[in-house]
Amino acid sequence: MLDGKPGERIPILKMGEFLLVSIQVEMHDRLVMTLQDELTEQIVRHRARGVLIDISALEIVDSFIGRALGNIANMARVLDASTVVVGMRPAVAITLVELGLNLKGVRTALNAEKGMDLIRRELGLSGRRDAGGA
Amino acid sequence: MPAVREETIGVNSDEDVVRIRQVTRQWALDLAFSLVDQTKIVTAASELARNTVIHGGGGTTHLEELREGGRRGLRLTFVDKGPGIADVEQALRDGYTTGSGLGLGLGGARRLANEFEIASRPGQGTCVRITRWK
Repeated sequence: MLDGKPGERIPILKMGEFLLVSIQVEMHDRLVMTLQDELTEQIVRHRARGVLIDISALEIVDSFIGRALGNIANMARVLDASTVVVGMRPAVAITLVELGLNLKGVRTALNAEKGMDLIRRELGLSGRRDAGGA
Repeated sequence: MPAVREETIGVNSDEDVVRIRQVTRQWALDLAFSLVDQTKIVTAASELARNTVIHGGGGTTHLEELREGGRRGLRLTFVDKGPGIADVEQALRDGYTTGSGLGLGLGGARRLANEFEIASRPGQGTCVRITRWK
């Protein structure tokens, strides 16, 4: 077994019916798996309808991380929640395509605001708070 | 072709895969690679370092800075003494996997590099070498 640093995890924030994740650390493989498991578990526990994952701090997305993002999106879908991945750096996007990873089934948006709009629209909620009213 | 600078790092765990990414990034920066080229070589290094740990049971990564004529390059050599690969052509094919991955590691790393060499013999380990020129 590999030694894991105790308590090492990526915070998952609950906001209403959404779960928000911002990956701000270097993703080693165990951390990726932990995030995948915890997100799935929290979708169920909080009955979340949407999951937003910010990867703007990630300098690379390799096949392992890419696969995990796909798994998260698929599991969320089965649990009736929408996932959007936001903030991918242009160099990461170029590299992903060349690597052969198409992130099929993973919705993406340029930034957190656009991503949240996407999820809200999909759930039939108003796009923005100020867009409500009669 | 003599290397201007070289370094060898052990690769035996998830943390070492992260370390290989960080060291490769630093070398690519020192060589003034473009951001996209940095991202490509770091992503390829991540895939191959993971292969060394998972399939090779651990090994080493050798980094070399190359100069040939007026151009500079970064060469990475991943060596393990694992079970080796019986059919290299098959292993290079996208989607071929013996583990739980996507089977993009080897073929993807080849696409992300300018030069790619692999030598493997069942029972004797695997050596994968990639070079990216500036």
